[in-house]
Amino acid sequence: MSLTKIKFDKKIVLSFWIILIALIIAAPTLLPVFRLNLLGRYLSLSIVALGVDLIWGYTGLLSLGQGIFFALGGYCAAMYLQITSSSEFPNNIPEFFALYGVEKLPFFWEPFRSPVFTFFAIWIIPALVAGLIGFLVFRNRIKGVYFSILTQASLLVFFNFFNGQQKLINGTNGLKTDVTQLFGQMVGSESMQRIFFWITAILVIAAWFFAKWVVKGRFGNILIGIRDDEPRVRFTGYNPVIFKTIIFSIAGGLAGISGALYTVQSGIVSPQFMTVPFSIEMVIWVAVGGRGTLLGAILGAVFINYAKSLVSEALPASWMFIQGGLFILVVTALPEGVLGWIQGDGPRNLLQRFGLKRKIETYPSLEVNNKEGNHE
Amino acid sequence: MELLLDSLFNGVAIGSVLLVAALGLAIVFGLMGVINLAHGELMMLGAYTTYVTQLIFKLPILKPFYNSYIIVSIFLAFIVSGVVGILLEKTIIRKLYGSPLETLLATWGVSLILQQFVRSVPLAYGTGLVISLLIGLFLPTTFPSKIKESINFKYFKFSSWIFAALTGVLTGSVISSSVSKLSRASARNVDVTAPSWMRGQVEIIGTAFPKTRLMIIVITLISVIAITLFLNQSAWGMRIRAVTQNRQMSDCLGISTEKVDIITFGIGSGLAGVAGVAVSLLGSVGPNVGGNYIVGCFMVVVLGGVGNLLGTVLASFGIGIMTDLIGAGRLLSIWPDMPLPLSNTINFFATTSMARVMIFALIVIFLQFKPTGLFPQKGRMVEN
Repeated sequence: MSLTKIKFDKKIVLSFWIILIALIIAAPTLLPVFRLNLLGRYLSLSIVALGVDLIWGYTGLLSLGQGIFFALGGYCAAMYLQITSSSEFPNNIPEFFALYGVEKLPFFWEPFRSPVFTFFAIWIIPALVAGLIGFLVFRNRIKGVYFSILTQASLLVFFNFFNGQQKLINGTNGLKTDVTQLFGQMVGSESMQRIFFWITAILVIAAWFFAKWVVKGRFGNILIGIRDDEPRVRFTGYNPVIFKTIIFSIAGGLAGISGALYTVQSGIVSPQFMTVPFSIEMVIWVAVGGRGTLLGAILGAVFINYAKSLVSEALPASWMFIQGGLFILVVTALPEGVLGWIQGDGPRNLLQRFGLKRKIETYPSLEVNNKEGNHE
Repeated sequence: MELLLDSLFNGVAIGSVLLVAALGLAIVFGLMGVINLAHGELMMLGAYTTYVTQLIFKLPILKPFYNSYIIVSIFLAFIVSGVVGILLEKTIIRKLYGSPLETLLATWGVSLILQQFVRSVPLAYGTGLVISLLIGLFLPTTFPSKIKESINFKYFKFSSWIFAALTGVLTGSVISSSVSKLSRASARNVDVTAPSWMRGQVEIIGTAFPKTRLMIIVITLISVIAITLFLNQSAWGMRIRAVTQNRQMSDCLGISTEKVDIITFGIGSGLAGVAGVAVSLLGSVGPNVGGNYIVGCFMVVVLGGVGNLLGTVLASFGIGIMTDLIGAGRLLSIWPDMPLPLSNTINFFATTSMARVMIFALIVIFLQFKPTGLFPQKGRMVEN
């Protein structure tokens, strides 16, 4: 991955931010409610993509189980909303419990009566679960594809658990949030959705800065070191397990926040958030946007999801073909993603091909050797 | 005793489905280090091949042989999935050797395309496409070596692909006009009905075993024996093992690693097809049928240790027996007067989905003690 980055003038950066903030504030008036809601959802998905970029793009851990943490965050938010709006139902517990003859609130619901607890639970619980899974896996130096397989298997385990436990969390039906109340307002109402959009937009920017801060200093350097040559990092005296566990739980926490925001904007959280395809999709957003470029993850998540909804509206059957082709294309032809390609040598190479830019002379033997080296 | 036998049989039956499905994966993953997420979809192709074969055998010409369609479909499924696998290797996976995570993503893309393909292309034309792939890939290899070495070989290759395409279209339209069920695309699940000699049950030592389950065990047994013999006794098997141990050295000694890769991947994919036949006997066949098995297969491979067939066999039977023990709550019936908290726990896990939760927890605990599986690969390499 190349280290050259395009440097912008300060004035350009400033005006970029002013335009961006103006767009965020004005978006609710510019877009119809339906589109605004979609945009808000996709922005919230870009937070989970940031987490994927941190663990995959920077640390080289391909997790296929981010859906677990995403859904856990969503469930935390939904449980709080359900429980605060359940005063008119029998036994003062959420309505669905009556369907299964449950009269007493399961014990783990109790703490979610408190908004403060919920506020922290949304990101701490997923982060803790991620840390635990990560620690157990990394401790044994399980890595690479084994890590991917194990995360996928744990995803399936969580899916099975949440899908099968009707009496605890309404099983396959999931928890609805759009008819619940938050601070005396209906969550599904237009005004609430507008507020959620703004919160999402602010949190995306905050998460972006946070992720930038994480990868900037020495911590980030070690992450990149782990990605490029883990044994060397270990032999230098660092313990990769700690760093990998920390970054994995950070990604988990980001996924939790993302899941909570997505849940309140889509109106439901269900085990469908934990299906295998959804978690792999998160990886493809980052891959297309450009891994190792945090902005790429955000843009990838928003644009691919927007494309998905547009294509699915027009030609429902073709999205699977397009998505499958995208996976293959991005891996074989554009491994650095779109943003990585722009920041790297991509445009210059393209211009060279059309003879618009002079070819840079290199040592031919060097290039041959490099090719051989990459082959293995 | 009877209960135990019943439980053991059920466990072996579950395990043998897992084993036949994981066998191909173990070969591809163990020998080539390639994660093939499209493995489940190759199984799905095998299951659909069984369905297509069944319908074709209902045609008047083949009606007398109807009862043997399942045997024929095993071979056909091997060929169909193998051909698709070889195409996959030649076009995509070959470019990605040495980067397993990229392979994983690309094969996931392939699996999405295959799923949607089955949904939106009529099966008759799908069959035609597979036939043209088969001809296009293999016809050029049968030419005499004089032609192969000539400069004009690419024209021969090109013309054989044209021939292949024409044959494919022809067979596709013949099948679609003669079997109406195959002429329309449908996303609905289809059912494979077992021939009459496979229905019913067999009684062994006082316990009744369904014949389809026995058939699956037989298929698994034959596949395992065949693959072991192939790897250990044949010349190509030896080459495959050599490349597995040391790719560069084998290359230097004149083994065509390219060919070895194709053969390994082809056989691994073909075994997925055979697994598809087994799966089609268990329930209805749909575009998502493979996805149900893929994670279980990976668990088998991880648990058994990479590149070790014995480990794969033991791991799949272990998982199968455990699934049955936990999922059916059998411990409770073996030991009826268990203390209450324990029996409550067992009841909590006594469903298929909760059994999966439990099995995974057990696997993670196991990996804490043996991180490289039951039979780790011996070697002095620190990493990779």
